[in-house]
Amino acid sequence: MSNSEILREFLLETQENLALLDSDLVTLEQHPTDKNTLAQVFRTFHSVKGTAGFMGLVQLQAVAHSAESLLSKLRAGELRFDPTIATALLQVVDAIRELLASIESSGGEGSADFSALIAEVDRLREAAASEASVTRPAERAPSLPPPAIEEMSGPPLIAPPMIVPAARPQTTVAQFPGPPPAGFASPSAVTLVAPDAEAIADPPAATSSEIRSTSVADSSIRVDVGLLDKLMTLMGELVLARNQILRSSAAVEEGGFLDAVQRLNRLTTELQASVMKTRMQPIGNVLSKFPRVVRDLALACGKQVRFEIEGQDTELDKTLLEAIRDPLTHLVRNAIDHGIESPELRKSRGKPEEGRLKVVARHEGGKVIVEITDDGGGIDTDRVRDKAVTAKLVSPEDAARMSRQEILRLIFLPGFSTAERVTQFSGRGVGMDVVRTNIERIGGTVDIESPPGLGTTIRTKIPLTLAIIPALIIVSGGQRYAIPQVSLLELVRLDAAQTLIGIERLHGVPVYRLRGTLLPLVFLDEQLQLAATRGAADDLNIIILHADDRPFGLVVDAIRDTEEIVVKPLQNQLKGISVFAGAAIMGDGRVALVLDVLGIAQRAHVLSNARSRVRGEQELPAAPPTNEGQTLLLFAPRGGGQMAIPLSQVARLEEFPRGSIEHLGDRQVVPYRGEILPLVDVSQALESLRSGGPARRTDRSGEASDSVAVVVYTAGDQRIGLIVGRILDIVHDQIAARSRANRPGVLFTAIVQNKVTEFLDVAAIVREVTTDLLSGTSSPMTRIQHS
Amino acid sequence: MITNRQYCTFFLDDQCFGLDVLQVQEIVRGQPLTPVPLAHPSVRGLINLRGQIVTAIDLRERLALPPRPRDQQPVNVVVQTDDGAVSLLVDEIGDVLEVTEQQFERPPETLRGAARDLIQGVYKLADRLLVILDPKLIVSLPTARHG
Repeated sequence: MSNSEILREFLLETQENLALLDSDLVTLEQHPTDKNTLAQVFRTFHSVKGTAGFMGLVQLQAVAHSAESLLSKLRAGELRFDPTIATALLQVVDAIRELLASIESSGGEGSADFSALIAEVDRLREAAASEASVTRPAERAPSLPPPAIEEMSGPPLIAPPMIVPAARPQTTVAQFPGPPPAGFASPSAVTLVAPDAEAIADPPAATSSEIRSTSVADSSIRVDVGLLDKLMTLMGELVLARNQILRSSAAVEEGGFLDAVQRLNRLTTELQASVMKTRMQPIGNVLSKFPRVVRDLALACGKQVRFEIEGQDTELDKTLLEAIRDPLTHLVRNAIDHGIESPELRKSRGKPEEGRLKVVARHEGGKVIVEITDDGGGIDTDRVRDKAVTAKLVSPEDAARMSRQEILRLIFLPGFSTAERVTQFSGRGVGMDVVRTNIERIGGTVDIESPPGLGTTIRTKIPLTLAIIPALIIVSGGQRYAIPQVSLLELVRLDAAQTLIGIERLHGVPVYRLRGTLLPLVFLDEQLQLAATRGAADDLNIIILHADDRPFGLVVDAIRDTEEIVVKPLQNQLKGISVFAGAAIMGDGRVALVLDVLGIAQRAHVLSNARSRVRGEQELPAAPPTNEGQTLLLFAPRGGGQMAIPLSQVARLEEFPRGSIEHLGDRQVVPYRGEILPLVDVSQALESLRSGGPARRTDRSGEASDSVAVVVYTAGDQRIGLIVGRILDIVHDQIAARSRANRPGVLFTAIVQNKVTEFLDVAAIVREVTTDLLSGTSSPMTRIQHS
Repeated sequence: MITNRQYCTFFLDDQCFGLDVLQVQEIVRGQPLTPVPLAHPSVRGLINLRGQIVTAIDLRERLALPPRPRDQQPVNVVVQTDDGAVSLLVDEIGDVLEVTEQQFERPPETLRGAARDLIQGVYKLADRLLVILDPKLIVSLPTARHG
């Protein structure tokens, strides 16, 4: 073994040990008398010191030595483990990390000076010695470098190396009684007492290679991740080759060959599972960092936090594990910084002073669920709403209409931050949207629950693995495409007769009613600009997909079957096409494109921007807004279809003879109760909102009716009459299913009395007209962009 | 001789073109193509090259030449690029030719259009002209912004 190899091995092993030290020290803080953990911590420092001496790393040796000396006092029972000591030892861990990082990058220990830290640790040790000398005058404090070998000879250390399971059923960290004692913050140690908390939480040297076992056990070996990746790629190819053989073997009759194919099939499946397993790592590898993060942050914020972890054994793919590290850390920090209140506030609210923060990981339905729950004040939706409006993320009108859940989701928008001050830890406005983006990039989702005053739960769902995914194979325009099954909700097949009834059109936009919910339909061949091969009499295949919680129906020509595919990225020439997530080689050896469901939804304007994503919540069939039903005025505009206005917004219904309507320039008015009532033709106003130009005067000479139905609407002290076409009915209905509007001037679409109904945005129409009154033309500012 | 270079030659619409032989990975025939909707018109599709998914660019389209007759099967000239292998579809493959620097000439100024930027120069062979293409520029298509 060459020198550099020894050094590498040393770095790797020490980094693993340091990760354990963090959690061990925090455990010790809570159970100061835990002899086993103490011995473990001692041993780690000791071996770092020993190897550092051997390698000639003077600084590292000195730092580790000071910690070891202090620990030997603790082990001997001459000193009790307290938070001050914990803080000092954790700083030693950080110092060692810093040194290791420097050694790794530059080969040398760097120029950082740790003499202040060493002095501090020595002071703590001396304090013990003087204390001891008071109580037991016979015993003298040992002179500086105590012979480490002799220290090692105590019975507890002769015991075989103990393996500390990285995955404990439950780790609790508790009681950080306020800031560290003032005595510790001596001027010489100031820089070390208040280190950059970010650096503590994300130590640069804490690299990816932690393996569960603390000892270099005989039963495990280290394998380069690159090799595992290659194994995985080859495995993918093997699975495809297997599929190919399975397919062509159907044509072969020879029994022996078929048996061999079957055996190959079984072995490949088993091999695949095993190879996948090599990449699986317990989530504890990431979670074990959190006790330290929580401790440091709680201390810095002056909060008391009891931290619990459950389900550390839950396994997921290494790549994914790396990907969720930062988002989860961010969520945990947020929970302490924004979630859990200060002890005084908690007391005044009748809660225990110590807040609870819980991280639970578990498998559920082929996914890993990680929940981060705090019992803090919960999210103040009023504040969120105000912030979002101030930051111009939503318009005040939209914000006023949002449900609690919708408002909660606003915090995922870019540029959102409610932190009143930018703390060291959070509140920089780059928080939750980054969390969401990172989780979604690996195919996961983030949900948020926050009952007022009862804390917050953030639930992330993460797929187990990315490498081989099941996909639905479909045909459109004569070509095969694969759709990742994670986006798939269900399949619907309509025969020609059903198609005629089932597909309704809303101003030219096709929709389908799925159990009472309106579903926008997207035709894949249209989106991909393929020649349509579907005949009018053909059955219609609708794939119900969800993009960003927003369900929509994708119409394809045929549905084949499901296949396991390995998604490969497209080359640069095809990077700009957002409707494809990649390509895959199918069982017959041909290439098929993999559809990006989100990209298709965006292209088809099923969802277009962040705002509609937030709104998308209300469109889910599951949770109708909490309305006990309302009374609606239904009318038929000239353009066709059915529209509704809540009756509460209607002052009166009037009918005017057509002859009484007078024209003032472009506008129509009618004398009404001694006033001049301006009239707005709803159909025209909608048209003008859409086109952006002033309302066209349409020739209405052909209209049969002699009278005009007008809804009188009061806005402030101004009355406005809306010409609504034909009034149909007044009904009391619960609006169970809503769907996003597809044109300006419409709030949303819902089913009322079994008919697709658009809800008129009266405010927008009136705004359009009132600016009309002021400026003579419709201002573009009044236009509402819904898509 | 340092100045002598070898070119892999091929034909497009009866004209002779060449690519540096060191950049050509292999020649493949009869690969099924999977078309890519919304892609740049030069992209004919994707082929499976022993488990690797490779974009196929039609050189006729790329060089603004008339489209290939329907009954003619293109040949894949697979070239190495920074972004992995890319296949260039040509009509027929010629020989590997060795040429000397004396035969080289820059493309004439009167050459205009799409092909101008993609042509490095011309070698004057005894019986014909050999047009040398720049593989790097040929595979870098303007990014499709259809999505």
